[in-house]
Amino acid sequence: MSKSVLRGLRAAALTGTLVLGSSIGSQIALAAENPIKMGVLEDQSGDFAAATIGKVHAIQLAAEEINKAGGIMGRPLELVPYDTQSDNTRYQEFMRRVLQRDKVDVVFAGFSSASREAYRPIVDQFNGFAFYNNQYEGGVCDGHMIVTGAVPEQQFSTLIPYMMEKYGKNVYTLAADYNFGQISAEWVRKIVKENGGKMAGEEFIPLGVSQFSQSIQNIQKAKPDFVVTLLVGTAQASYYEQAASANVNLPMASSVNVGQGYEHKRFKPPSLKDMYVTTNYIEEIDSPKSKEFYAKFKAKFPSEPYVNQEAENSYLAVYLYKQMVERAKSTKREDIRKVIAMGDVCMDAPEGKVCIDPKSQHMSHTIYLAKVGADHSISFPKTWEDIKPYWLGEAGCDLTKKDPMAQYTPSNPPPKP
Amino acid sequence: MDIATHLFSALYQFGDAFAFLVLSACGLAVIFGMMGVINLAHGEFIMCGAYVTAATVHAGLPLPLGILAGTLVSALVGVLVELAVIRHLYDRPLDTIVATWGLSLIATQGTLIMVGSTMAGVGTPFGSFQVGDYSYSIYRIVLFCSALGVLAALYALFNWTRFGVLARATIQVPHMAAALGVDTRLIYSLTFACGAGLAGLAGGLYAPTMTLVPTMGATFIMEAFVTVVIGGADVFLGTAPAGGLLAIVKSGMTSWQGQLFGQIGLLVAVIIVVRVLPKGISGFVLRERT
Repeated sequence: MSKSVLRGLRAAALTGTLVLGSSIGSQIALAAENPIKMGVLEDQSGDFAAATIGKVHAIQLAAEEINKAGGIMGRPLELVPYDTQSDNTRYQEFMRRVLQRDKVDVVFAGFSSASREAYRPIVDQFNGFAFYNNQYEGGVCDGHMIVTGAVPEQQFSTLIPYMMEKYGKNVYTLAADYNFGQISAEWVRKIVKENGGKMAGEEFIPLGVSQFSQSIQNIQKAKPDFVVTLLVGTAQASYYEQAASANVNLPMASSVNVGQGYEHKRFKPPSLKDMYVTTNYIEEIDSPKSKEFYAKFKAKFPSEPYVNQEAENSYLAVYLYKQMVERAKSTKREDIRKVIAMGDVCMDAPEGKVCIDPKSQHMSHTIYLAKVGADHSISFPKTWEDIKPYWLGEAGCDLTKKDPMAQYTPSNPPPKP
Repeated sequence: MDIATHLFSALYQFGDAFAFLVLSACGLAVIFGMMGVINLAHGEFIMCGAYVTAATVHAGLPLPLGILAGTLVSALVGVLVELAVIRHLYDRPLDTIVATWGLSLIATQGTLIMVGSTMAGVGTPFGSFQVGDYSYSIYRIVLFCSALGVLAALYALFNWTRFGVLARATIQVPHMAAALGVDTRLIYSLTFACGAGLAGLAGGLYAPTMTLVPTMGATFIMEAFVTVVIGGADVFLGTAPAGGLLAIVKSGMTSWQGQLFGQIGLLVAVIIVVRVLPKGISGFVLRERT
């Protein structure tokens, strides 16, 4: 080896040390700023990835904006993300890791209700603080959780009466066979009965099933006026294409489709024709706030296929967290819950104004009825403003007084005092 | 509703289940039956076929040519995988399970990273027809005919062609075939490619009817393995009757009690058949014959 090469190497090694040194220096500087740590446990791969990668991006977008504007109480927001792989055991593993090892201040976690119920006992056990930014079957009365997604009294008590009035009172439910599908179907049953309708049939589909010929025939046999589709995961989404090619031609109603899995973008028209969805956000919503959010999202993630309801929930949840921490002047759960108890934690989200309900720690929403046309364009025949998550509170859950850390359903309401 | 309508609906459901079972299992059965390799990346070859089919259809090719492209690309990938990995593990059958499982993880995650979380569908062709009160998809009949066609073509390939004779000779007594001048390595390569191509064909045929996502192969895997386990090592004496038997169990149970019971029925059928016939249906038929 020649001398000059050796000298070059030595120089390179020296620069390397310098770079290393300076990066250590900046780390020390960062540590001095004492960041607020946020665990992000979302499915970035596996069966649910299509609907949930956008949630991670939304959190990154909000964190970047907040950090650019000076952080939370002057402290930077640091994300600690893990890919939970659409796997419930990963949720438990990573929930323990972020709470015990990474010692995060707050966790944003979960898509499927099965995953939420898998990690929730761990959050309770280690006295953690978690946000579930997803629409779901409702009923979680747990002081360790804040739910920013919509619940059945917001999505079904608007959607089902509308559909029954427009199309008729015979209803068929096709739902995913796990806690979300079962409890949501119970809600549909209850609301249909209250409105004088009748269930023409119900079928529960195991997760991961992709072939629907027999179910399609069962539906045709039952002759309903419309079908409530509560299908979850990408495999089950094959239903629409198969139903359309068998010419089922029935209107559909859903709380999960379009708003989560953007099926109207993924399937060829007209397979989702006459699908009605109640959602608190989708990218087609035509308001200045929504357009501004969509533009910011696309600027940071130009190849994002769709900005869905859960992305907006996650985005606004970061800002809500910032507001609560700044008002409580603390990241402690007890201090933050004192702020929530005041009942005025609200913000102007991309969907409209939202507020946290102190009794259930769920959120009020603007609910949009989205209709998919024959060409898969979206129209909004109706909007309901400021729909409150009233059911838990009316049923007897009051987190300002008592924290039962439980999930309730219409057939299993909170015990009466 | 009259009897004819009921009969047709039962037949249609049977045909639909049969097509899914046979098409998803054929590629796996060829590779397992002929080579003894348990290919856990089978679902990813199916996904590969579906993705290539959809991509070429989006690029403007008609669907049949798209399916052909999906089949050929999967077969080509099969050749590469055989050359790079499987070839070195023929005397270590258990290791091929681990190796192909690893390949499947890489393929799923690689597709997610490179192509994204979903791909736009291509739409099911041909429309529908009406029998009695029910309307049916014509494409499902096409799938059933394709399943029969694939079985017939495989039978012809392995019984009536020179490649078929050489392949069977290589599988039965490899060193004797080699001594007689058969290039056994080439035969293994081609057989593996054939299995991979069949998986690609299944993916291509089902691409118009399904969600296109990196994990889509997983929805075929259970049916494929159940069919091969019940069928045993022989594609014709095994896969075809196993497909028939399971299709009756699945469509019967599903129409009686719904999808969950259809799946339970499949798994119970496997347990019973494996208990009674450890070498599968084909093992039983071959033993009876000798």
